[in-house]
Amino acid sequence: MAEAHPVGFQWVMEAKRRGAKVFHVDPRFTRTSAVADTYLPIRAGTDIALLGGVVRYILDNELDFREYVLAYTNAATIVSEQFADTEDGDGLFSGYDPNTDSYVQTSWQYAGHEQDSGSGHTAKERDGAAGLIHESHGAQVHGQAERDETLQHPRCVYQILRRHFARYTPEMVERVCGIPREKFLELARAWAENSGRDRTGALVYSVGWTQHSVGVQYIRTGAIIQLLLGNMGRPGGGILALRGHASIQGSTDIPTLFNLLPGYLPMPHHADHPTFDDWVDSIRHPGQKGFWGDARAYAASLLKAYWGDAATPENDFCYDHLPRMTGDHGTYQQVLNMIDGKIKGYFLLGQNPAVGSAHGRAQRLGMANLDWLVVRDLFMIESATFWKNGPEVATGEIVPTECRTEVFFLPAASHVEKEGTFTQTQRLLQWREKAVEPPGDARSELWFFYHLGRRLRERLAGSPHRRDRALLDLAWDYPTHGPHDEPSAEAVLREINGYDVSTGRPLSSFTEAKDDGSTAVGCWIYSGVYADGVNQAARRRSRHEQDWVAAEWGWAWPANRRILYNRASADPQGRPWSERKKYVWWDPQAGEWTGHDVPDFERTKPPTYRPPQGASGPAALAGDDPFIMQADGKGWLYAPSGVLDGPLPTHYEPAESPMRNPLYGQQANPTRKVYAHPVNSVNPSPPQEHSQVFPYVFTVSRLTEHHTAGAMSRTVRPLAELQPEMFVEVSPELAAETGLTHLGWAHLISGRAVIEAKVLVTDRLTPLRVDGRIIHQLWLPYHFGYEGLVTGDSANDLFGITLDPNVLIQESKVGTCDVRPGRRPTGPVLRDLVEDYRRRAGIVPGERPPTVTTPVLRPAGRSDDGPREKGADHA
Amino acid sequence: MGLRTFVAGWPVYRQLTGTDPFGRGPAAQSDRSAGLTARTETADRVARSVCPYCAVGCGQRVYVTDGQVTQIEGDPGSPISRGRLCPKGSASRSLVTSPLRQTTVRYRRPYSTEWEDLDLDTALDMITDRILAAREQTWEDVDSDGRPLHRTLGISSLGGATLDNEENYLIKKLFTAMGALQIENQARI
Ligand code: SF4
Repeated sequence: MAEAHPVGFQWVMEAKRRGAKVFHVDPRFTRTSAVADTYLPIRAGTDIALLGGVVRYILDNELDFREYVLAYTNAATIVSEQFADTEDGDGLFSGYDPNTDSYVQTSWQYAGHEQDSGSGHTAKERDGAAGLIHESHGAQVHGQAERDETLQHPRCVYQILRRHFARYTPEMVERVCGIPREKFLELARAWAENSGRDRTGALVYSVGWTQHSVGVQYIRTGAIIQLLLGNMGRPGGGILALRGHASIQGSTDIPTLFNLLPGYLPMPHHADHPTFDDWVDSIRHPGQKGFWGDARAYAASLLKAYWGDAATPENDFCYDHLPRMTGDHGTYQQVLNMIDGKIKGYFLLGQNPAVGSAHGRAQRLGMANLDWLVVRDLFMIESATFWKNGPEVATGEIVPTECRTEVFFLPAASHVEKEGTFTQTQRLLQWREKAVEPPGDARSELWFFYHLGRRLRERLAGSPHRRDRALLDLAWDYPTHGPHDEPSAEAVLREINGYDVSTGRPLSSFTEAKDDGSTAVGCWIYSGVYADGVNQAARRRSRHEQDWVAAEWGWAWPANRRILYNRASADPQGRPWSERKKYVWWDPQAGEWTGHDVPDFERTKPPTYRPPQGASGPAALAGDDPFIMQADGKGWLYAPSGVLDGPLPTHYEPAESPMRNPLYGQQANPTRKVYAHPVNSVNPSPPQEHSQVFPYVFTVSRLTEHHTAGAMSRTVRPLAELQPEMFVEVSPELAAETGLTHLGWAHLISGRAVIEAKVLVTDRLTPLRVDGRIIHQLWLPYHFGYEGLVTGDSANDLFGITLDPNVLIQESKVGTCDVRPGRRPTGPVLRDLVEDYRRRAGIVPGERPPTVTTPVLRPAGRSDDGPREKGADHA
Repeated sequence: MGLRTFVAGWPVYRQLTGTDPFGRGPAAQSDRSAGLTARTETADRVARSVCPYCAVGCGQRVYVTDGQVTQIEGDPGSPISRGRLCPKGSASRSLVTSPLRQTTVRYRRPYSTEWEDLDLDTALDMITDRILAAREQTWEDVDSDGRPLHRTLGISSLGGATLDNEENYLIKKLFTAMGALQIENQARI
C-alpha cells in the first residue's frame, strides 16, 4: 500500500501512531513491510490457505462476535442435505459437471430451496462474468430459510464452516504458504483481538488480489473473517479494495464492460432474456426481499435515458435496441478473435494492452490483424506502434509492409483540460474543474464520442435498416460550448443522476425512479449526485470545517453514504454496539435512524419491524436485516449461489505452480476459464510431467514512481529519472543457484515469451520452505515497454491467459518461469529459445490443460449419492 | 549596506539569534530566495482537481498563469489526502506539460512503414466510415432461433478506467446503440 497507494497509506501510519498493529503479507519486502510491525512473506497464490487458517482459528477458539454473527449473518441457516463439501470430494464440491468444468448449484442451496433458488448450471454465467453483476447485490433466495439459532445443527452454515476449514491448521498454513506458524498465530490473534463490540479491524487489499484464477474467493475468505468478527458495516471495519486507476470504480459503476449496463444491470442474454419482462424479472426476482425488488424502475428509467421520446411503455422502452450476449465476449476472447481475423476495428481509450494485459505477444499479434485501430491517448504508446517497434517486428513475426492494420492516433485531453467526475476507490465522486484548454488536436473522450455519434446519426438519417434504429432513436442532444463545441459534462451528469421527464426536475434519489416512463435515469446508483440541480460531486467543504465523516466533500454513491450496510453498526435493537464505535443508531423519540452518516436503512423502519406474510421487496426486510441488498438481508458466510466456483473458498494452487496442492487431489480451480488457442499455453504443473522445466515462481507489481503500463509515467521526466530501468529482484540464494550477479543481466523464460532485465540481488525476497522443499520467487515491475523516455521488456509478456470464472479476470500475479544469466537472444532465434522450452515442457499448441485432477465422486445430477472415501493423499 | 544588515545577512548569525536554531528554515534563506515569489501566488486562476493516477483520489489545486499550467499542488482541504501528493501526483504538472505529449493526429495507412499527418475532421469522417462498414459486414440481427441479437461482434473497445464517468456514460450509450457489445476496460484486467 505504501508503494502503490502512498497517500492512502498515511491513514495506516496514523492508525499505527494511535496504537494499531500493522501486518503486511507480501511475497516481497516493500516500503509497506518496512514500517509494518510484522512482515509475513508468502508464497504467491496461497492467500486462501492463510485466510482459511484465520477462519479456523476464530471458530476453533470461539472468537467470533456471536451476537452479530447470529443476528446479521447466515450462520444459523440450514443448508440442503444434498450438499457435499470439498473435504469429502478431494477438492470438488457436489454438483461438479466435468463436461463443462462448472457446477450445478442445486445441492448448495438452503434446505428446502433446492429447486427454486440459485442459478442452476453455471457454465453460462461464467461466460457472462456474472460474478460482477453481484458486485452490488447477492444472488436470489426465495422466502424464509430454516435456521437453528443454537448453531448446533450439523448442516447449519456455522458447522459447515467449521468442518470445511478444519484442516487449515497453523501447520498447514506453514506447509502451504511458507509462513512460520508462530507468525501466523500472531496475525490471527491480533486480528481477532482487535474486533468485537469496542474495536473493529479493516482488511485492505489491492487489486492484484483479483488477478488470480481464484481471485473472487480470496475476497470471499476475507469477507467470512470480517463477518465472523463483526467488522462489516461498522466504522474502522470493512473490506477495502484499493483500486488502481483514478476512476476504475466509476468505469465499473457506469461500465465500459461487455456484460453490464449502468448501475450493475446485466446486459441481456439472447436465450434467457428475450423480452423486457424476462430481463427485469431476472434482476428483481419477483417475491424476493430487498431493494432489487424495484429493478423494473431502474431498468425502464435507463432505457428512457438512452432512447428518450422513442422509449415508451408500449414498446418496452426500446428494449429490443439492446445488443444481446451469447457467451464470453471479454477482452481476452476478443484478442483471440482478433488473431483469428474475426474483428474489424478496435478502439483503445487510454489503455495500453501491449504492455498492460497478460500475454503481450497475443495482444500485439491481435492488433496486427485488424482492419483498423483507433488509439486515443496522451502519448505515443506501445499499442499504437506495435507495427513498427514491437518485439515481434524484431523476431520477424510482424512485418510492417505486410501488416494491414490501419492506425489512427488521436491525441486526448488530460485531466486538467476537461471537466468531469472521477469515482475514487471508496465510491466517492469528485468533480474536477477545467484548468486550461487541451493543446492542438487533443480532445476529451466526451468530445470525441459526442461528435462521433452526431456524425453516425447524420450519415444514417433516413436509413431503412432495422439495425440503425437504435442509433437514430438515441437521445443525443447535449448542449455544447467553446471553440470546439465541447459537450457539457454537467448535462451528462444530470442525465446520469436522472430527472422527471415532464418537468426536467433532477431526481433526489433512486427511490423516485418510476417504471412507467415518467423518469429517465442514466445510472440509478448515482441518483442524487445532482439533487436539487446542484452538482454535489463538486462540493469541497474543507476537512477543517466539518466532522470526520466529511460528508460535504464530494458525493458517494449510493445517497452520499460513506459506509455501506451501516445499520450493522448498531445492535439488533438499534443501539450502538459501544460508545467507542457509535456510528448509526435508532432514535426511539424521533422514530428514525440517525447518526454520523446517511443511514443505510429505511429511515423510519423500527428495529422491531417484522414483515407481514408474503411481503416482497424492501417491505420484506425486517428491522434487523442490515444487508439490504441481499436476498435474505443477511451477510453471507456461505454463498448458496452467486459465486460460481464454490459456496466456500478452497485453496487451489495457481494455474501454474511448481507444487502439488498439499490440501486436495484437485490441483487448481476446477472451474477456471481456460482458452485452448494455439497462441495460448499454460506451463505444466503437477501432477503433469515436466513442471521442473519452469521451476521458479514469479510475481509482478507496481513501483511507486510508475503507473500501470507506463504511458503516464515513463513519458514524464521526473518519474522516468526515479525508476529508469527494468529489473528483476532475486534472493541471494537464487542468484547463487542460477549464477546471476547483482547489476548484471538475466533473462526469464515462460512458455509464451522470454524477457530480459537487470538483476537486483536483494534479501527483500526470501526463499520459502514449503511442504518440505525450497521455493524461490522472483519479482518484477510490470511498467516497462518499448516507448517513452525509459524502456525495457514487459513482464506481462511472460503470462499466459487463464481467468477467474466469476469475473473473467486473468491470473497475472503468479506464474512459473526459468531464469538464466545474461541477455536474451535477439531476432528470430528468440522464438527458438521459447520453442525449445515448450518442447522440453511438452507444451502442445492449442492443447487444453487438465482441469480436473481428482476423480469426480459426486457428479452433477447424482448429488444424492452417499459420502465417499477421500481420494489418495497427495501430500 | 550597514554593519548590522551585513551581520544579519549571515545565516549562522540568524541561526544563533533567531527562531530557527537548526538552520533548516528562515535562517538558511538567501537574499535571492527571499526575493522569490511562489508560482502559486501569481497564478491567474486555481482549478480544483483530482490526481489522475491511482484511485486514492488525492485533491489537487491546479495553478494557471497565461493559460498555462504552472504548478499542481495537493489540496490541503481534502479529507482524503490532507494536502499530500505522492511522487506521481506531484509529477502531474510534468505529465500535462510533457514535451512528449502528442498534440496532432497521426495516421498509419495499411502496409505503411511510417506515420503521416491527418486532419482531425478527416480522421473523424474516416472512422465514421469504418464503423458503418464494420457494422454492415458483421451485423447479426437474430440468432438461429429467430431471437433478437441486434449486435456486431466486428468492433471492440478497451479503456475507461482513466476516464470520467460522463465520458464512460457516453461511450457505453453510443456503443450500445451501435450494437457494439464488446467493450471492456481495465476493471476486467
Ligand atoms: S497522489 Fe499518489 S496516492 Fe494520491 S491519487 Fe495520485 S497517485 Fe494516488
